[in-house]
Amino acid sequence: MNTAVRAHLLVDTLREPERARAYGIRDWETLVWQSRAAELMAQLHAALDGADALGAAPPAARRHLELAGSVAAKHALAVKCELREIQEALEPLGIPVLLLKGAAYCALGHPASRGRLFNDIDLLVPRQALPEAEKRLLWAGWLPAHTNAYDDRYYREWMHEIPPMEHKHRATVLDVHHTILPPTSGIRPDPRQFFDAALPLTGEFSFFSVLGHTDMVIHSACHLFFGEFHKGLRDLHDLHRLLSDFAADSKFWSALTDRAAHLGLSLPVLDALTQCQRLYRTAVPVETLQALRQVQTSPFPRALREWMFEHALRPVHGSAFGPSTGLAHRMVFVRSHWLRMPLPLLAYHLSHKALFAD
Amino acid sequence: LRIAELQRSELRSRLAKTGLSIPCGPFCVRVRTGLAGLAEEFGRLYADFPILDADTYVDFEVRLRAPNLLRRFVRAQVTLDCDGRIPFKPLPMAQAFPMLEWGLNWVISSHAQDHLVIHAAVVEREGRCLILAADPGSGKSTLCAALVLRGWRLLSDELALVDLASGLVRPIVRPISLKNASIDVVRSLSPEACVGKVCPDTAKGDIAHMRPPADSVRAMSQPARPALLVFPKYTAGAALLSAPQGRAHALGELTRHAFNFAVLAGEGFDALANLVEQVRAHRIEYASFDQLMPEIDRLWAQAT
Repeated sequence: MNTAVRAHLLVDTLREPERARAYGIRDWETLVWQSRAAELMAQLHAALDGADALGAAPPAARRHLELAGSVAAKHALAVKCELREIQEALEPLGIPVLLLKGAAYCALGHPASRGRLFNDIDLLVPRQALPEAEKRLLWAGWLPAHTNAYDDRYYREWMHEIPPMEHKHRATVLDVHHTILPPTSGIRPDPRQFFDAALPLTGEFSFFSVLGHTDMVIHSACHLFFGEFHKGLRDLHDLHRLLSDFAADSKFWSALTDRAAHLGLSLPVLDALTQCQRLYRTAVPVETLQALRQVQTSPFPRALREWMFEHALRPVHGSAFGPSTGLAHRMVFVRSHWLRMPLPLLAYHLSHKALFAD
Repeated sequence: LRIAELQRSELRSRLAKTGLSIPCGPFCVRVRTGLAGLAEEFGRLYADFPILDADTYVDFEVRLRAPNLLRRFVRAQVTLDCDGRIPFKPLPMAQAFPMLEWGLNWVISSHAQDHLVIHAAVVEREGRCLILAADPGSGKSTLCAALVLRGWRLLSDELALVDLASGLVRPIVRPISLKNASIDVVRSLSPEACVGKVCPDTAKGDIAHMRPPADSVRAMSQPARPALLVFPKYTAGAALLSAPQGRAHALGELTRHAFNFAVLAGEGFDALANLVEQVRAHRIEYASFDQLMPEIDRLWAQAT
C-alpha cells in the first residue's frame, strides 16, 4: 500500500488535469478521496472532463466523479428554486438584497460556480431592514435553526449575521448578513459602500444584486483568511476562478489594491493572492503584491505563517497529512478566533463553549 | 479467499495493519481496526464474505479506533472515520460493531447517488423481490430475518437500492440488525440462526446482529426485479389486517422512506413512480408470524 504523503495530488491535478492520464489505480483512489474531503470533486470532474482525461480513470473512480458532477448540476437547479422563493418573500420590502459567495456565483452563472456545492445561501441586506426581512422569511417558512439563548446572543451582538434560518420543509439554510465582517474583528467598514458598488444581476434573477468585483474578491479572501480553513482549498479555488476572470479588465488589479487599502483589508487579500499563486498558479501581477505588502504586514514571522497556510490548505484527508498538519490546524483555529474577537470576549466565548456546549 | 478461512490471529493483524477489503453493496470498502473485540465479531458475522484482492479499487476506507489515548483505557470509546470524515459522535467501546454497521449504512446511503436509496428490507425468491418499508420499530428487520430463515434470499435488512437505470433492486448483503425482544424471537425461530453478541444500552436499545446466510452472500451480485411492496406493522395482540394500497398512497409513503429523494430530484421521482408501477402494494398489521406468513405467501402468489 502506498503510504507516502500526497499533499498536492489534488491541486496538481486540478491545475494540470492532463497529468491524470498517467495515474495508477492507487493515485485515482487517493485523488477521489482527497477531492471528496476538500469538497472539490465536481470541480475535479469538470477539469478532467475538459482535458479529456476521464477516460483514463478506472470505472469505479469515474463513477464517483460523474456522480459528483450530476449531483452538482441538480444542486444548481435547487439553488435557483430557492432564490425564487427568497425573492417572493423579500420583494415587497423594496430593499436591496445582495447574494454572497456560492449563491452569487450560481446566480451569475460564473465559472466559480461550476460544480460548487454549498449548504447555506448567504444574503446581505441593510441593517435597518433586518427585522422586517427576518419576519418575512419566517412567514415564508425559514425558522431559526436550533439555537439556544447563548448562540442567539453570540450572533446578534457579536457577529455580522443573524442566527441561521432553516426552512421547515425543504431544510435549506439561509445566512442573513448585515455586513461582510464580524464587527468584533475591529474592522467595521460602512456596509453602505458595498451596496453602492453592488452590481444588479440581469435576466432571471434581476431582483438580486451581487458585490462589485473587487468587493467580491475581498469578501471571499476575508471569509477564508479570517476563518478556520475548513473548506480552504475549495474557497481558494473559487478565488482563483474569480481572479482569472476579473483580470480581463486591465483596471481590476489596481482597483483591488485601492479598495483593500481603503477598507483596511490589504493583508487578507495579500494572503489570498499569494496562496492562489502558490497552489493554482493564478497570474497575479508582481506590482499588485508589492502594493499590498506596502500597506499592511502581519506581526507574525513570515516563515511561521507560510508553514501554517501550507498545512491548513491541504485536503482534509489522511493521505495529505504530514506529522505536523494537526498542529497547524490547531494554530489556525486559535488564529481565526483571535482575528474575529477582542481577547476578553474570546476568553469569555471559549470558556462558555468549553463549559456549557454539548 | 473468504474471511472464515483466515486464522484468528491473521484476521486481527490484517485488520490492524493494511485493512481488509470487502464488497459492500455497490462499493468496495476497506475496513481497518486495531480493536481486538471488533475483529472477533467482524470475523464471526462476515465469515462468508470474500476478501477482495489488493489491486481492487477501494471506494471508501472505514477505520474504527479509540478517539484518543485516554479514551482507549478510561471509559473506553470508539470512533469511526471514513476517509477523514467523522459522521457520528464517539460511542462506548462495547458498541464498536453496531457502529461499524451504522457507518457502512451511512457510506451507502450518502454516496450511492446512482440509486434511489429507500429505508426498507428486501428479500428475493426466483429473481423477484419483496420490499418491506416501514418506520423504525415496526418489526421490519425481525420480519426480514424470519423470511430469510424460511429460505428467502437476503438482499438487505435496511436499505433498498433501486438502480436508476434498470429499476432493479441491488443487494447489500450484510448482517441483519436485531433490536431488544426481537433478538430472542429470531434465535427461537431456527437453530440455524447465528446471532452475534448482544450490545446492551445502545441508542436503539439492545442490539445484536444475525449472520447473513452463505447462499445470500454468494449471490450478492445478483439484483432482483421488484414484485411486491409491503408496509408491515407489528402490533402486539392485533388481529391480522391486510389492505391493498393504491399507487398514489404507496408513492407518497415511499417518499418519506427515501434517503436521497431531494438529491435525485426529478430522477428520483421517476424512479419511485416506476417502482410503484411495477409492484402490488399492501399494508399489513400483524401480531404473529403464524398470521403473517400465509398472508405474505398468498400476496406473493398473486404478485408473481
